[in-house]
Amino acid sequence: MMQKYRIKDGGKIQRNKKISFIFNGKTYFGYKGDTIASALLANGVHLIGRSFKYHRPRGIIAAGVEDANGKVQLYKNDITEPNVNVTEVELVKGLRIESQNCWPSVSFDVWAINNFLNRFFPAGFYYKTFMWPKSFWYKVYEPIIRKAAGMGTASLKPDPDRYEHQYEHCDILVVGSGPSGISSALAAAKNGARVIMAEDKPRFGGSLLIDNVTIGNKNGDEWVEEAIAELKSLPNVILKKRSQVFGYYDHNMLVMFERCKDHLDNPVAFSPRQRLWYIRAKQVIISTGSIERPLVFANNDRPGIMLASSAKEYLKIYGVLAGKKPIIFTNNDTAYETAIEYKNQGIAPIIIDTRNDSDAGIVNEAKKLGIQIKFSHGIANTSGYKKVKSVTVGELNNNKDGYKNLEEIACDSVFVSGNWTPTVHLASQSGNKLKYDANSDTFLPDKSRQKETVIGSANGSMTLQKSLKEGFEKGFNLSNEITKNGIATLIPISDEKQYGQHDKFWCMPLPNKKHYKRFVDFQNDVAVSDIQLAVQEGFRSIEHVKRYTTLGMATDQGKTSNLNGLQLVSELEKKIVPEVGHTTFRPPYTSVTIGTIIGREVGKNYKATRKSPMHQWHEQHGAVFVDAGLWLRPRYYKENKETLHQASKREALNVRKNVGVCDVTSLGKIDIKGKDSAEFLNRIYTNAFLKLPIGKARYGVMLREDGVVFDDGTTTRISENNFHMTTTTAQAANVLMHLEYYLQVVWPELDVSVVSTTEQWASAAVAGPKSRMLLSRIFPSEDLSNEALPFMGYKEVKFKDTTARIFRISFSGELAYEINIMSDFGNLMWDEIIDLGKEFNIQPYGTEALSILRIEMGHVAGSEIDGRTIAYDLSLENMLSQKKDFVGKRSLSRKAFNEPDRERIVGIVPIDKKTSIPEGSYLIKNENSLLPVPKLGYISASCWSVEFDNPFSLAIIKDGKNKIGEKIFAVSPLKNVSIPVEVVSQHYVDPEGQRVRS
Amino acid sequence: MKRVLVQKLGLADMLEIKCPYCGERSQNEFSYGGDATIKRPELNSEISDLEWDSFVYYRNNPRGKHLELWHHTSGCRRWFKVHRNTATHEIIKTLEIQEELHD
Ligand SMILES: [Zn+2]
Repeated sequence: MMQKYRIKDGGKIQRNKKISFIFNGKTYFGYKGDTIASALLANGVHLIGRSFKYHRPRGIIAAGVEDANGKVQLYKNDITEPNVNVTEVELVKGLRIESQNCWPSVSFDVWAINNFLNRFFPAGFYYKTFMWPKSFWYKVYEPIIRKAAGMGTASLKPDPDRYEHQYEHCDILVVGSGPSGISSALAAAKNGARVIMAEDKPRFGGSLLIDNVTIGNKNGDEWVEEAIAELKSLPNVILKKRSQVFGYYDHNMLVMFERCKDHLDNPVAFSPRQRLWYIRAKQVIISTGSIERPLVFANNDRPGIMLASSAKEYLKIYGVLAGKKPIIFTNNDTAYETAIEYKNQGIAPIIIDTRNDSDAGIVNEAKKLGIQIKFSHGIANTSGYKKVKSVTVGELNNNKDGYKNLEEIACDSVFVSGNWTPTVHLASQSGNKLKYDANSDTFLPDKSRQKETVIGSANGSMTLQKSLKEGFEKGFNLSNEITKNGIATLIPISDEKQYGQHDKFWCMPLPNKKHYKRFVDFQNDVAVSDIQLAVQEGFRSIEHVKRYTTLGMATDQGKTSNLNGLQLVSELEKKIVPEVGHTTFRPPYTSVTIGTIIGREVGKNYKATRKSPMHQWHEQHGAVFVDAGLWLRPRYYKENKETLHQASKREALNVRKNVGVCDVTSLGKIDIKGKDSAEFLNRIYTNAFLKLPIGKARYGVMLREDGVVFDDGTTTRISENNFHMTTTTAQAANVLMHLEYYLQVVWPELDVSVVSTTEQWASAAVAGPKSRMLLSRIFPSEDLSNEALPFMGYKEVKFKDTTARIFRISFSGELAYEINIMSDFGNLMWDEIIDLGKEFNIQPYGTEALSILRIEMGHVAGSEIDGRTIAYDLSLENMLSQKKDFVGKRSLSRKAFNEPDRERIVGIVPIDKKTSIPEGSYLIKNENSLLPVPKLGYISASCWSVEFDNPFSLAIIKDGKNKIGEKIFAVSPLKNVSIPVEVVSQHYVDPEGQRVRS
Repeated sequence: MKRVLVQKLGLADMLEIKCPYCGERSQNEFSYGGDATIKRPELNSEISDLEWDSFVYYRNNPRGKHLELWHHTSGCRRWFKVHRNTATHEIIKTLEIQEELHD
């Protein structure tokens, strides 16, 4: 198909590289260097999609991120992405584009009926229409709104691309590469500063690529080329195009995304799709330019109506005519340049100017070229459904509130200009309170809050010479504060067109007695009448008007609509704009894909994975792993076709009968040294540690200052001033920080050092009645008898070329030992245990069997020490020393902690001895009670007791100890079960604790 | 997920904190430890419920200057003080833990 709107030559596209693409089922052609938008326009396609609320046909209105309409669904290979902006996606082969927010097609959209029902969709329509009756919301309104308002469709497949994060520091970050940006980067870089310059478009240069100007003896784009070449040659400069700085946070941290892959025809394998940059800059130069404002008039949203500067950009960058019979509608001089550019292409544009006249140089040039100009005129209305086909033009009366006469002029496009809005988003995000400038009718940056400097047209400097001057001066001054090199760069002389004053009139009156929509915010479908209604209904604050009408919301963030909306509100409220103020600019400035934000932290890379030295052995022996914090621990070792239940039962039973071995490396281990170590532990733990003999371990409980149990574990006195503390896997990091807090902040006078040794020791728990026999085989020269190494004893022994630590401690309730050895020897030790253990029928056991063993023994763990329970609740009150003070003790006198009917730990057994009780079940007295049923407590942990071969659970219930023997119910509404149960002691197996001492 | 988004957008980890021992490092290496002006009552001291509750629970939430505890968790693992403006996030000064603030 012909690209009928492409001029013969010119533009920055590569005409030797033709690329086909599919838009709504039809094949079109464009060139390398096009965006989807420019390629569509080259083919005369303006209709892109349907508007959000009224489903009105909409077209491309701009050439950059400010385009509010051009959101489409993009398909490439088997990947799809919703809501991408046609002005930002570069053309590559294999693209398929679909309009969104329309059904069944963009040309015929049934929801367009909203346009005719628009009295039901006024400002605040969500709040009004769908509020009543309440029951209708879930069943009727919400599903309809969801279907009607859904823009694109998110892919349900995982994102096949990878995204990266990068951290960078620099002296000066320059955002935007127009005239002021490039000159400040040049000045700063030549003065020795480390500079990053970021440009969101695929080409550096900004307006210099589009405007007809000269700098020195070169025209704009030649100067850009040379300046960029010079910057690239400097080692202290990072230049990034396709890179959008979208957020300005505190401490001068800016966040930028870089498009790395989508524009490439043959990307390198594993190249990231996008890269997120965190940039910490000593100084930030914001040279983000300005965005042209639309004029507001009846039916100003038809496809074919776009910003005048964008029409010029399509012509100069892409060699595309946005129309062949354009009307140029303006209230200022800048649009005349577009008219002249089109005239130079042999086209006869007609200029409609709201002003009486203008004596600016550029207007005279247009007059000389014979361009037809209608001064004191406005556009009263437009027509054309899928594309504008005519405008109704009228001479404005003296008050500019009506027309003297109306005439219809045929056209195929309308290029509008309502003057320029400085892009102050980043400055505002930084904390700059903007000031209103009555001369330009815009908000300009005021006092910087952080180290940010706004220059060029973003700062209201609308001439090239001023922009260059600001760029070079600020670039030098800011860099010199850092480098003190004093190398200044000369400011070149530039030549450009001369512009005069704009008209403060921008909202056209409606023709007599007509109620056409005049849109202010295209993306959110907010018209003049909506804002009028909001003000009429009493919304005064601009923030309220914004939320009630949705003006300036969503991805657009009011880029083209903000000032027009503000001016309208101030006019309606008869206030001046600075009194109305402006809404908050929020990051991100443009849409950012979720993948970019998450980066590489997806799937198994979401967090770090910690593995014990014996991990490979577990893998080779059928281990099924489970996450325990960051650790991967064997949950059970699968033999043949065993289920989790079967395997864990087998493993646990073998511990009770023979001997088992469990990898407990993940338990937190902290080495404590210093002459005050015993005193320190005595303050941290609830029980006494001062007189713990050397070579003995002791179970300890620590509290938070609010009296709640924090963690438990055993601590062993290795020598007079050296202790070995163990913590639970989950709390290891928190306990270490807790200890550091007390040592550094509260009791700095104590001579104690703490360090984590979790990863320095490989640990194996050897448990079961035959464990002593096994250990005697492993350490044949050691006396490991009950007398020599009693329960809670500790011994250092020789193993191969190193020493091992044996702790006689038990979590399983059986005779058990924990062997620690330097990590590098972990496998050697493990192999030895397995090898020599064969004689005693050793089996490895995982966390599931460990759970069974501890639950039926009534030992508490994380499901009971859950940050809500005190020692009394866990039947650990005997651990609370009466003789000394300790962390959290004073809180224990709180009234609530001493209520007699506090929830306490008990055991629970189903009456039928068969039905397993789901963890988390509630315990209630009577399953037939009326709602709300009083809750007695809850099941904290459940297992299948291997000792008695029936289900057993731990529970925390009101006045628990006095309920032993009672028959109650465990109910789980989630699983829809109600189980009759009996309350028993928490110590289901070996309540006397004889086995561990055997 | 939301936590990750917030952190990754830099909303949570934007500060640059000067550890008195390591120098200026990014916030994601640090943990916040609360009001640094709170002093734990002496062990074994006879104190009222109110005094104890003031230590455990009651905290001012000033808009403006605040002396805070921070911990260089992914660094030197030292606790230190940060004098920070809670409204502007400006860090006026960082101090070693035993240093007093004079202002
Ligand atoms: Zn540090």
